[in-house]
Amino acid sequence: MLLKPSAQRKTVRPIRRSAPLRPKTWSYHLMLFPGLLFIIAFAYLPMAGITIAFKEYIPALGFFKSPWVGLENFKMMAVLPGIAQIFINTVSISSGEIVLLIVLPVILALLLNEVRQMWYKRTTQTIIYMPHFISWVILAGMVLDLFALHGLVNQMLSVLGVKPINFMASNVWFRPIVVGSFVWTQMGFDTIVYLAALTAISPSLYEASALDGATRWKQTVHITIPGMTPTIVLLSALSLGNLLNANFEQVFLMYNPLVYPTGDIIQTWVYRTGLVNADFSLATAVGLLQSLVGFILIVISYRLANRFANYRIF
Amino acid sequence: MIRSKSLATRIADILIIGSLLGLSLLTLAPIIHTVAQSLSNGAAAAANEVIFWPIRFTWSSYTSLFNGGGFFRAFGISVERVVLNGVLGFFLTILMAYPLSKNTRDFPARRFYIWIVVFTMLFNGGLIPWYITIAHLGLINTIWALVLPGAVPVFNVILLMNYFRSLPKELDEAARLDGASPWYICWKIYVPLSLPALATVTLFAVVGQWNSFFDGFILINNPHNYPLMTFIEQLVVETQAANLSILTPAQIAELSRTSGASLNAAKYMIGMIPMLAIYPFLQRYFIRGIRLGSTNE
Repeated sequence: MLLKPSAQRKTVRPIRRSAPLRPKTWSYHLMLFPGLLFIIAFAYLPMAGITIAFKEYIPALGFFKSPWVGLENFKMMAVLPGIAQIFINTVSISSGEIVLLIVLPVILALLLNEVRQMWYKRTTQTIIYMPHFISWVILAGMVLDLFALHGLVNQMLSVLGVKPINFMASNVWFRPIVVGSFVWTQMGFDTIVYLAALTAISPSLYEASALDGATRWKQTVHITIPGMTPTIVLLSALSLGNLLNANFEQVFLMYNPLVYPTGDIIQTWVYRTGLVNADFSLATAVGLLQSLVGFILIVISYRLANRFANYRIF
Repeated sequence: MIRSKSLATRIADILIIGSLLGLSLLTLAPIIHTVAQSLSNGAAAAANEVIFWPIRFTWSSYTSLFNGGGFFRAFGISVERVVLNGVLGFFLTILMAYPLSKNTRDFPARRFYIWIVVFTMLFNGGLIPWYITIAHLGLINTIWALVLPGAVPVFNVILLMNYFRSLPKELDEAARLDGASPWYICWKIYVPLSLPALATVTLFAVVGQWNSFFDGFILINNPHNYPLMTFIEQLVVETQAANLSILTPAQIAELSRTSGASLNAAKYMIGMIPMLAIYPFLQRYFIRGIRLGSTNE
């Protein structure tokens, strides 16, 4: 018979495990081996390649034989005009997305939670998850189409008497459209975590409060929202780690040279400098700066999540 | 739950249901617009006459897609990458998640391995070293450039590992007492019990593979070997953006609305239908399966 762990702890000190109970760990090592090979090849080898940020990379010589140049690439980066701007653009876009993708999914989850007709709730969920499963190639194509000079949005505006706006060529509109379309695709899917948190709230709390005469609004304020708060705190803390990650694929597909002043983000700049202009080392140096700052932000975000929401990634 | 149907409650119900309906329509509107365009006469679509209903209904956009070879070759390459990556990733993800779900007491090296895995989520080499690595491994221009780099999605490994950890530990101990090997326990006990999580990680992997275009764009040089999304992007967005810097803003906008509006819409439709056909059936799994990390109570 198995003793309950609590009972065991009280009565006897835990006995050393006998041989058959201890797993054969060599199997575990063997299981991990193939996956680790992939992680080493596609995550750790590129990390070793970061050394080219301190070299003058010559493709024929490869990672290791290219000559060292010390901090030359970083000095170059410091005097290059526009580097600060790509960091500003990235943070403006991502911070807008981070804030809206906390506020809107929470509101949406609260609304869904109030729907009594299960079929309606489930259908709404299916619909609002939809954009999450569509490629950015298609989503960006649709957005460009909607906001084109004679697109649907301008047609609707013309009904209201507004002159057509060239949205995708406008440095005023580019960021709001990027942020808005990103939020449009993600906010439905992001309700999942909050809805999961709501199912953990005990129904007896609602029953008891209803007996005491609490209105629906009061139940929302005093039961539902407090029940979601740990999850909100957790996701807010974790989202800090994304501050330097605007969605590369989306921006890459939606921007054009006219909106570089407000829309060029770190990754698009790194792509053009490194792979289009073949300035590998300079691009790697800027990429390294982004990775380092991103690393610090993620570590801080995990610390915050651990402290305020008792969260551990593993 | 006791609730009187007061007037205020009814008004609240109507407001809630109405705002959710509005949001659903907002989500569907661009997609319906695309459906309508794809089924419209090409000239009508190009002239911006189509809104939410096809004008001069025709299947011709779809038939011309089916007749042109390039589109379905790209479609086939995408199916190939999804299957290869899906199968490989399925086994590798399980094989990594199971040992990592053990206690440090049972598997002392876990601490070391998990740091190797999690560190890749915290830090990466960046685009250029990643590209150069893949080039050095000789994968450029092969299907393996699309399949192998994403074969172990670390996010999915952690998600599955946390699911395994949520199962009762007695399962493992009892099976071990009966002399079962770790391989047997993993495949015959943990895997069958983890269908929601496995469906979730497989769905995420498949959707990610099907929808990604940028790897095809930089790792495949021959347009004949493009996966579907790269193929669509090259035809649609790139032709629009060609020489943007020498055109006036008005010309750029014009260019994006000219020829092939209905054909592009048909490409979008065929590109998104496979994923949109799958996810509703897995909805009940992924709304339960998503669980990255854990909070200690």
